Amino acid sequence: MYNFTYHRASGLRQATNLLGKLDEAKLLAGGQTLLPTMKQRLAAPANLVDLNKVEGLSGIELQGRALVIGAMTRHAEVASSPVVQQAIPALAHLAGLIGDPAVRHMGTLGGSVANNDPNADYPAACLALAATIITTKRKLIADEFFTGLFETALMPDEIVVKVSFPLPKKAAYEKFRNPASRYALVGVFVAKRPSEIRVAVTGAGTSGVFRVPAFEEALKKRFSPKALDGLGVPADGMSSDIHGGAEYRAHLVGVMAKRAVAAAME
Amino acid sequence: MSATGIGAAVRRKEDYRFITGKGQYTDDISRPGQTHIHFLRSPHAHAKITSIDTASAKTMPGVLAVLTGADLAGDKIGNLICGWMIHSKDGTPMKMAPHPAIAHGKACYAGDPVAVVIAETLGQARDAAEKIEVDYEVLPAVVDPAKTQEAGAPQIHEVAPQNTIFQWHLGEAAAVDAAFASAKHVTKLDIVNNRLVPNAMEPRAAIGEYDSGTQNFTLWNTTQNPHVARLVIAAFVGMAPEHKLRVIAPDVGGGFGSKIFIYPEEVVCLWASKKVGRPVKWVCERAEAFLADAHGRDHVTHAELAFGEGGKMTALRAKTIANLGAYMSTFSSSIPTYLYATLLSGQYDLPAIYCEVDAVYTNTVPVDAYRGAGRPEATFVVERLVEVAARELHMDPVELRRKNFVKSFPHQTPVIMNYDVGDYDASMRKAMEIADVNGFAARRREAEKRGKLRGLGYSTYIEACGIAPSQAVGSLGAGVGLWESAEVRVNPTGSVEVLTGSHSHGQGHETTFAQLVSERLGIPIENVSIVHGDTDKVQFGMGTYGSRSGAVGMSAIVKALEKVEAKAKKVASHLMEAAESDIVFKDGQFTVAGTDKSAAWADVALHAYIAHKFTGAQLEPGLKEGAFYDPTNFTFPAGCHICEVEIDPETGSTTIVGWTAVDDFGTIINPMIVEGQVHGGIAQGVGQALMENAVYDKDGQLMSGSFMDYSMPRAENLPPLKIDTTVTPCPGNPLGIKGCGEAGAIAAPAAVINAITDAIRTENLAMPATAPAVWAAVRAAAPALAAE
Repeated sequence: MYNFTYHRASGLRQATNLLGKLDEAKLLAGGQTLLPTMKQRLAAPANLVDLNKVEGLSGIELQGRALVIGAMTRHAEVASSPVVQQAIPALAHLAGLIGDPAVRHMGTLGGSVANNDPNADYPAACLALAATIITTKRKLIADEFFTGLFETALMPDEIVVKVSFPLPKKAAYEKFRNPASRYALVGVFVAKRPSEIRVAVTGAGTSGVFRVPAFEEALKKRFSPKALDGLGVPADGMSSDIHGGAEYRAHLVGVMAKRAVAAAME
Repeated sequence: MSATGIGAAVRRKEDYRFITGKGQYTDDISRPGQTHIHFLRSPHAHAKITSIDTASAKTMPGVLAVLTGADLAGDKIGNLICGWMIHSKDGTPMKMAPHPAIAHGKACYAGDPVAVVIAETLGQARDAAEKIEVDYEVLPAVVDPAKTQEAGAPQIHEVAPQNTIFQWHLGEAAAVDAAFASAKHVTKLDIVNNRLVPNAMEPRAAIGEYDSGTQNFTLWNTTQNPHVARLVIAAFVGMAPEHKLRVIAPDVGGGFGSKIFIYPEEVVCLWASKKVGRPVKWVCERAEAFLADAHGRDHVTHAELAFGEGGKMTALRAKTIANLGAYMSTFSSSIPTYLYATLLSGQYDLPAIYCEVDAVYTNTVPVDAYRGAGRPEATFVVERLVEVAARELHMDPVELRRKNFVKSFPHQTPVIMNYDVGDYDASMRKAMEIADVNGFAARRREAEKRGKLRGLGYSTYIEACGIAPSQAVGSLGAGVGLWESAEVRVNPTGSVEVLTGSHSHGQGHETTFAQLVSERLGIPIENVSIVHGDTDKVQFGMGTYGSRSGAVGMSAIVKALEKVEAKAKKVASHLMEAAESDIVFKDGQFTVAGTDKSAAWADVALHAYIAHKFTGAQLEPGLKEGAFYDPTNFTFPAGCHICEVEIDPETGSTTIVGWTAVDDFGTIINPMIVEGQVHGGIAQGVGQALMENAVYDKDGQLMSGSFMDYSMPRAENLPPLKIDTTVTPCPGNPLGIKGCGEAGAIAAPAAVINAITDAIRTENLAMPATAPAVWAAVRAAAPALAAE
């Protein structure tokens, strides 16, 4: 790890100011990606602005027809929250599948969505549930928030404050784990919303999390695994590595989507 | 059996300190004035080093020295060596290329050290290393053992044309050819035994310290055999005379073979400590370990098994290319030869065997022994051939095995080994009963209803442990003898210290060795301590690997105990004024036969030291005896593992739903520790079969170079394991021990792949059987099964 200057922010305004003012500043949330990367000297931010002591950034609350989760809420809190388990059980299930227990007790929702790792779980949930990402500057719908591999619409001095998940009628997440990293080799989140069906895929795409319109249309006609018979995604556009080729990932998208639909119907 | 004697499931004495954080591993040791070293490693798999500019690195804060291969050569520090000579078929000796501890002129794998920085802190050393300017002329690399001998392949070492280290063979080619010519059936298989990264829980570490007053060196090192490390570093590397070098292996957290070898880092730490005049510490980082620790396996094999009438095996032949990596590691040459081809008879009465092995260089991390070392590779060849043959012959794999099992002992195989004892059918029968093989058909039907494919696979393995006798291994090329030493020191109060040349790095010797002493001397186990891992305390020893510490190390203790008992009887005879021949020693009491006279162990021990009851002319005072034990043969643990799997044909993922292991380890000292060894071995074997794989790209970059990409087995990958034993005591050593440390890793891969191929009904599947690999195999064999 290279030397860096550590700043403990006491409030969002101060954190924002530090981010704007300091050179090469990075936010520290759970640190489950950033710190290992820094230890391997693959990242070298000159300044770290720690959000862990900022009040009011973590918590889970049902607000009308939406579940609102603070950016600094740990995965383990989401996984074990009776409120989440009641409102969107698929989301609690997803959080419980992230990494390992150590990661889940440190890693945060905000950190995960802001990092937008193409193999991370939360982006699929945000996209499928049509979540709104609330930042220090504005509200962004998930479709606009995730813009590519490790890229989001966040501006350099913008901080994720919370994420609002509208309650679906039914939802499920099916994840096929990379056996080494425990990230998603393919993860499919299916949500039946009052007005639409959404199918979001993580882990598979070369451009990060994506929706599958063909699956969504078929499921809108009939919300059943059988509706997806004969449908698939092209291998072109799927990522390929030592853990699985593009063709396999494309195949898994179909399998996981059907299983997610079946799970959502239970 | 006493509560702490042989056969008792005594809780491990060493665990208290381990689980309370009081273990003393190398990294826990800090020496006064200690400095830190960082190894700058070649990013290229094959490159000429045209220049190294260390000037700006030397000016960095905290830097004490920046050293290169040229400095090492300038100080006449010798190369690392491979200590087992193998001759090719044509009689020429193996082509051992120079292996300097720091690359000089050329880097031969990605990870080859090219320079080191010694600094006040590790961070400073790393910072300075980034300022070292190395000019490389990148050369084409070769990583595939099957391609490295091709004309036009990059030439790695001048001494080894076509990157070929040796072309060795074993067995009778003519007899094998004749058997194949008249065979009724021949089963053929192409096998890749996948390359593995050992990943012991504790990374390697070393502290070198030079005392300019005495000119003595001390090395604290994560090693499985401190005396061999001292011998090699003294006699071959030439760091210091043997008596001026002390090697200490403190608590060591796992080795699996990877800590047997003498590596560049410990040599450099010693050398650098003299250069900077202060202790130098190196602790391998986890990602660095993927490049710094010798890898395991990496064989490419074509094998054939010939059958006569009625499924009787008549001959086996195999051609193996063994990848030894960029340099020959300490024992690398012995693994694909005398620890591999000699086991190709398996548990079977095979009249003729012929095996050819080409060992080759590639631009990859050196390859050496890893848990099982050659024997897992042999077992995989034999047990896959047998299972596939049974399917081809439409025979029950159990019946085919039973028909061919060795049934009378001793049994001379065509490949050197002389099996001393065993009952292979007994282990198989017991395993089948426990695994409920009879109920498998019903379980398979039930699984099919759920859309799952269920399979059952066997592995009836044999291994050669103990690695001995010295004369025999010497005739096969070993540079060392493979006996073991022990010294039993009885204190005046009767407590006992046992000094052993074995080394415990997870095996639990502090418990099992103490159980032996407790039983033999009739003293509480708490009154026994085991001392190992320090060349200043233990005179010499060969260390721990190859499941040898029970069979060989404990036998040495038995020998020393016998001498102690004999001496103690003499003391007791003076103490009780009786003839020595009338003294009986039992359960910690000396009695005079036919009388009510007795003396306790502690009284006799005390009298041995106070020496009031005998004169110096009658008897030497003291009670301390040493012994060296050289066995008469290898030992031959064997058994039967049965794996049951369920495959999800839609994803290709495999779930191991049942595992039964019935092993014959001979006499068992501590069944709890043995069970743990079997558990760990199976986990590693399952890891190899299902997920572990060191993958290189064509340029020689290790793609699976961290736990993000290298899959280790986890608890969830294993079902509850059903472990049992049969016992045929080994006739070759006083305790009847065979050894248990590697059995699981040897047996498991074939059991898993036999089960998966049974489920998916195609043999076209390589290890690791990852989900995409199984999915592709299913799809290629039966497209309908894999479709959604």
